[in-house]
Amino acid sequence: MEIKYYIGLAVALFCIGVAGVLTRRNAIIIFMCIELMLNAVNVLLVAFSKMHALSALGKAMPSVVSDGQLFVFFIMVVAAAEVSVGLAIIVMMYRNVHAVDVNFLNRLKN
Amino acid sequence: MSITEILFWFLTAMALGSAIMVITSRSPVHSVLWLIVTFFAISGHYIMMNAQFLAIVNIIVYAGAIMVLFLFVVMLMNLNAESEPQKNRMLQFAGLLAGGCLFLVILASLMKATETSSMVQLGSGNEGLIKNLGKALFNDYVIPFEISSVLFLSAMIGAVLIGKKEKAEHDGN
Amino acid sequence: MNNVLQLVWLIPVLPLLGFLINGLGRKHLSKGLSGLIGSGTVLGSLVISILVFLSVKNGNTPVIHYFDFINAGSLKIGFDFQVDQLSSLFLLIITGVGFLIHVYSTSYMHEEEPKDFAKYFAYLNLFVFSMLLLVMGANYVIMFIGWEGVGLCSYLLIGFWFRNNNYNNAAKKAFVMNRIGDLGFLLAVFWLINKTGTTDFQGVFAGISKLTTTDITGITLLLFVGATGKSAQIPLYTWLPDAMAGPTPVSALIHAATMVTAGIYMIARSNILYSMAPVTQAVVAIVGLSTAILAATIALRQNDIKKVLAYSTVSQLGYMFLGLGVGAYTGAVFHVMTHAFFKALLFLGAGSVIHAMSGEQDMRNMGGLKKYMGITHLTFLLGCLAIAGMPPFAGFFSKDEILAAVYAKNPVLWGIGVAGAMMTAFYMFRLYAMTFLGKFRGTHEQEHHLHESPMAITIPLMVLTLLSVVGGWVGIPEALMKGGHHFAEFLAPVFAQSDAITVKHTMTHSTEYMLMIVSVSLALVTLVYAWMKFSKYEKTDKEETGIGKVLENKWYVDELYQTMITRPIQFMSKYFNEVLERKGIDGFVNGVGKAVNYGSRQVRLLQSGQVGAYVLLMVLGILVLFIIQLFL
Repeated sequence: MEIKYYIGLAVALFCIGVAGVLTRRNAIIIFMCIELMLNAVNVLLVAFSKMHALSALGKAMPSVVSDGQLFVFFIMVVAAAEVSVGLAIIVMMYRNVHAVDVNFLNRLKN
Repeated sequence: MSITEILFWFLTAMALGSAIMVITSRSPVHSVLWLIVTFFAISGHYIMMNAQFLAIVNIIVYAGAIMVLFLFVVMLMNLNAESEPQKNRMLQFAGLLAGGCLFLVILASLMKATETSSMVQLGSGNEGLIKNLGKALFNDYVIPFEISSVLFLSAMIGAVLIGKKEKAEHDGN
Repeated sequence: MNNVLQLVWLIPVLPLLGFLINGLGRKHLSKGLSGLIGSGTVLGSLVISILVFLSVKNGNTPVIHYFDFINAGSLKIGFDFQVDQLSSLFLLIITGVGFLIHVYSTSYMHEEEPKDFAKYFAYLNLFVFSMLLLVMGANYVIMFIGWEGVGLCSYLLIGFWFRNNNYNNAAKKAFVMNRIGDLGFLLAVFWLINKTGTTDFQGVFAGISKLTTTDITGITLLLFVGATGKSAQIPLYTWLPDAMAGPTPVSALIHAATMVTAGIYMIARSNILYSMAPVTQAVVAIVGLSTAILAATIALRQNDIKKVLAYSTVSQLGYMFLGLGVGAYTGAVFHVMTHAFFKALLFLGAGSVIHAMSGEQDMRNMGGLKKYMGITHLTFLLGCLAIAGMPPFAGFFSKDEILAAVYAKNPVLWGIGVAGAMMTAFYMFRLYAMTFLGKFRGTHEQEHHLHESPMAITIPLMVLTLLSVVGGWVGIPEALMKGGHHFAEFLAPVFAQSDAITVKHTMTHSTEYMLMIVSVSLALVTLVYAWMKFSKYEKTDKEETGIGKVLENKWYVDELYQTMITRPIQFMSKYFNEVLERKGIDGFVNGVGKAVNYGSRQVRLLQSGQVGAYVLLMVLGILVLFIIQLFL
């Protein structure tokens, strides 16, 4: 498979995520869209690592091959941590304003 | 069209379609479920690229743990389609347009890029196996690995601290 | 005697000390104490001045360097004092007359509050300090410090009774007029620095060959502009009559005896420059003569006793400039000295009269004071004789010397000068007769109050009278007494350089006799005429008509200045204020403020506080960055 299709897939997923962040007001869904964007990046990383693996076939394996996949692993680690804290914040927010609408988070303005 | 290509396009369509369903469905519960489908499609892609470890982790951590957490929160708050806040039409349209533009711009830049036709190794290669990744992780990346454990610890403490019910200040509310 | 020269710095410092003590402690000092400090410091200066004078007489004329005042690049201006014949003479006049007037003031100003009394003496001391600095400075810059200082003190003292707005206006007028002149002085100094690189008198006069004729003419003309401001010559003389708003001793000290002679001193000091610029000399002579005549005509019809004296001062200053213009520097300085004596005397006498009349200054309400004020009357009469140029009083010798020099230069100018001298005799004896002769024309209450003034007033009068009588004897012309002109001999070194280049007009002694006789007899005739006419003066309500009215209104010069200069300037200021300032500059400044205000009000809407909007903007920003990075 050519790399451009993977790039296209990742970009499409990423942009869907961006559009979701922009169009929805529900904090939880915005959060999920962010997860979507992170996964788009993950796909891209794995695809590139495999591309390098192919081009390095028969030679000494370059470190970028496993590095790419390890990056995905660390991104997942961070994402998990982020989700736990982020959801705690959303719960907190819901407890205070009884809504998950991000537009209620405008107290800085006043 | 070979079987891998058919599989690739099927998984791609599945991922994109369910991703669009995530952002369009009115009920948050449906969104969560559609997101799980997306993750499964992505895991399928990982398997195609023989990144077995990531595929499994993706399903266990994302689809399993994280999305269950989401689902849990959504249900805890009793959110449904009726309570879903509606956004200003104009802003919605603007957001969609911005996302689309971003997509087009990056695609257009992709058209100009060179070597976009390099092939991706599918179905073979053993660097994505648990054995090899484990070696790399515990040889080259042992320090970041340990640090990430600290990160988890702090995230846990943070989540507990934030989620804890405050006593004195909010009694009145 | 050289030790005396080490004390020279004390001469100006003592009055400065008096100024500081009186000025700073004016709320705590009693009247007696502040008067004592004021007079005492000037007396100290007088004593040192006399010692310095004697030392100079023996031939010590050093330039004493104290410290570097300005030291920038090649320009070095030291804080130097010049001790020579001219400055030591002026020192004597300033401290001598100044001391007498300080003593006089202790009595004259006695009705003031202690605070104001001390303030008055502080100003007076500051004035003496500035004047001494002016005279002693060994370069034009130090002279300029004093020059500005006396202008400031003049302003302060004219406006001493600042609660009266007219007085304030008079003070402002004096200050502004002086400033106009000062600008000329300053420009001349700059010109000098530019051409010769020094402002020291000795340096400039030694390096005079470096200057072209144009330079000298320009510099001297600009210096003369400064002199017209300070010494009240056409066209800047109008401040001096108005300056009579100040207390009378101030008029005597500043506006008759000392400050107004600063211009004469400056030109006498720069005599070499002037001698080398015939054009300027002609200008000086003409301006001096026309001022003398103009002021004399105005004095003929003034009724305010101090105004008459003020115009008389302007007129006499005109004579001095006439003398300078024809190269009779000695005569001019001689006249400065004698004039200081008799004009101070006349002013103080007038002050004594005003004091007795409880502040009345209009001569039409006086008359017959002879029998109430014996000493004042006698001293005043002698002063009038002196200023009218009657021999053997001081005015005769000095005025005669100037007129003789004028005659040698141009008989026509002499004729006009003699006409002026006649007018002097006329208005002075009109003043005398209206004040002291005839019968009293004031109110009954005033008559009841009439009294001779106390000792502090009469003693200075008597001393000045003595000086007015004998002061001229130091300069008896050759024609009358061989070797009688000690004054000229004394000053000769100062004017030696210019005497060498001016063409000497020699006159036979018979011509001089003739001139003296003509001028004295003409003055005597007018004197007697005025005496006869005004000793039986009766108050009338008849309005003056014709030329008399014009004279009474001072040739309408004030009104002319008002329409020619003040009005257009005020109109322009008004225009600039209303259009350029309010609409232009304010409009621009306020416009900027308004634009920023409006702009921020609009931009503020971007900060909606809505997370969605922020994210949208962020994405758009990323989009723009992408486009720029990838496609441009």
